[in-house]
Amino acid sequence: MSADILADGRIARRFAALKAEGRAGLVTFITAGDPDPAVSQAVLNGLPAAGADLIELGMPFTDPMADGPAIQASSLRALKAGMTVRKTLEMVRGFRKLDADTPIILMGYFNPIHAYGVEPFLAAAREAGVDGLIVVDLPPEEDEELCIPALKAGVSFVRLTTPTTDEARMPAVMRNTSGFVYYVSIAGITGTASASNTAIDAAVARLKRHTDLPVAVGFGIKTPDQAAEVARVADAAVVGSAIVTRLADGLDASGGVKPGTVEDVLGFVGELAKGVRAARG
Amino acid sequence: MTKLNTYRSGPDERGHFGIFGGRFVAETLMPLILEVEKAYREARADPAFEGEMRQQLKQYVGRPNPLYYAERLTEQLGGAKIYFKREELNHTGAHKINNCIGQILLARRMGKTRIIAETGAGQHGVATATVCALYNMPCVIYMGETDIARQQPNVFRMKLLGAEVRPVTSGSGTLKDAMNEALRDWVTNVADTFYIIGTAAGPHPYPAMVRDFQSVIGDEVRTQMQELEGRLPDSLVACVGGGSNAIGLFHPFLDDPSVQMVGVEAAGRGIEKGPLDHAASINGGRPGVLHGNRTYLLQDEDGQILEGHSISAGLDYPGIGPEHSWLHDVGRVEYAYATDQEALDAFQLCARTEGIIPALESAHGLAEVIKRAPKLPKDHLMVLCLSGRGDKDIFSVAKHLGVEL
Repeated sequence: MSADILADGRIARRFAALKAEGRAGLVTFITAGDPDPAVSQAVLNGLPAAGADLIELGMPFTDPMADGPAIQASSLRALKAGMTVRKTLEMVRGFRKLDADTPIILMGYFNPIHAYGVEPFLAAAREAGVDGLIVVDLPPEEDEELCIPALKAGVSFVRLTTPTTDEARMPAVMRNTSGFVYYVSIAGITGTASASNTAIDAAVARLKRHTDLPVAVGFGIKTPDQAAEVARVADAAVVGSAIVTRLADGLDASGGVKPGTVEDVLGFVGELAKGVRAARG
Repeated sequence: MTKLNTYRSGPDERGHFGIFGGRFVAETLMPLILEVEKAYREARADPAFEGEMRQQLKQYVGRPNPLYYAERLTEQLGGAKIYFKREELNHTGAHKINNCIGQILLARRMGKTRIIAETGAGQHGVATATVCALYNMPCVIYMGETDIARQQPNVFRMKLLGAEVRPVTSGSGTLKDAMNEALRDWVTNVADTFYIIGTAAGPHPYPAMVRDFQSVIGDEVRTQMQELEGRLPDSLVACVGGGSNAIGLFHPFLDDPSVQMVGVEAAGRGIEKGPLDHAASINGGRPGVLHGNRTYLLQDEDGQILEGHSISAGLDYPGIGPEHSWLHDVGRVEYAYATDQEALDAFQLCARTEGIIPALESAHGLAEVIKRAPKLPKDHLMVLCLSGRGDKDIFSVAKHLGVEL
């Protein structure tokens, strides 16, 4: 049974607080720099007040192999607007001036980190106020690349588990994970199909047999009702593509941001939070 | 050059060739990748699997294809004695079918019922569609829309063979984007689907598996050269995109120190113009992680993947197989490059002097032969892997020559 290696961090504190409140958390995903750095920063800064309990901040990549069309498009918008790893870390630094408590987990693919250099990246990420990493293309078989250096640097490495992760594999997947466990509820890419409630119930129960860490469930959660359903059984519900799509809907044909878009996105996050908070009521 | 006792022992059990290779895939795929590796290991140990593969390569593909002495070209260049390994005479017109036969037999052995593949020039797509027709399996081919536009004949061929060709519009609509889309399909359909990767890249065990299936090229060259000349060749030349025909030719000779090897990358409009103008990952890129492996990649400072350029859709990929990256770093294989123009010139020379229209990919290898052969003695035996035929390229070549068809 694995417990949190970084038990004194923001992530552990936030989940402890949620547990004390007797409710699940809402984890929101946005892509850093989408559609441009200023608007993205405004959305990021507004997320805690809108009801996000933890924040996943996507590091844009040209080739997001595990993502569906919504997040692919958001990555390309961000890259077109000049987003880089350095600027993503600057966004976190800006956020930390306003919020010292909400955990930020960077989510992305390995190559931009590899290009930055693993050790310099970890040092810069920690200094900027990053709490954890989710790197889609680093399974436990490649733990020496980033996972173990991250844990040594005091940055959580949140592992993905999936419907294809079988019992034999589960201990290896849990071994070096920290912060929380992210259950990918479908075999597929982000923003597409949704898993059934019964399948999610069974999967969360199975994970709880293997770990004491909180379990967050994501992929395919698009509405406040779906988020509420997940929040009945999981420690947190993750919403990504639906938020990113809401943001994309607020862009005009030339990619400009229509008035009220930031408020609209944050309003949607508020509805999701309401769903999650009412789930066990 | 690092002297090693053997260059043929890789990869290690984790799929590494030195620092290259590995298994950089999403967790959803990891159990399946392990299953493929186990099934492949078992298949290789099973004489029935080997037997069926040999039988199909002989009866259906038409192997062994000739090692042909290119006499007129040799005379014209006035140096080394040039042989062509005639992979373009295989059924479907390229070396790609060697690997497809092996992988579809493995897919069947694993009980998979649906095949997916990516394609750039369309040769791998055609080869995959062909074996799917042969074994009556549904087949989806992902192809970038840019490549669809420049490779119409192959698109129609795949459709005739019963495959569904899905256009990929993300990114710049070329091979890497097709590979992303195939991986997305695979993640979504892990239970019943087998992904036939066309080049010696991707997560372990693909680079080793594709190499093994393509090594029939080098194995035949070794036997044929003994028969023709009574000795080993002195040098081997092959074009490199992902590098499957090159590794298939090179691998059986890696531990023969007298055999020089040259992989030829696509320099597009010129390497000096920067990574948007060529597709030479080793000569103009640096190590990174993409599509399941660490290898040389075309990328910017921030680790974003760049869209390479080559006149040849089959070489237009921002990476290269991890074993090539390692062979480059240890110095066993030399990696040269040829520009679009050099390939076009070689393409035309080959047609006129030998009566063979080569694929534009293979023409890159030939361009290097044209540079080297005149400086070498007449008893130097040089083998070019003529990896594919050029019928598919006549429209794009005509366009470059200003001819309207």
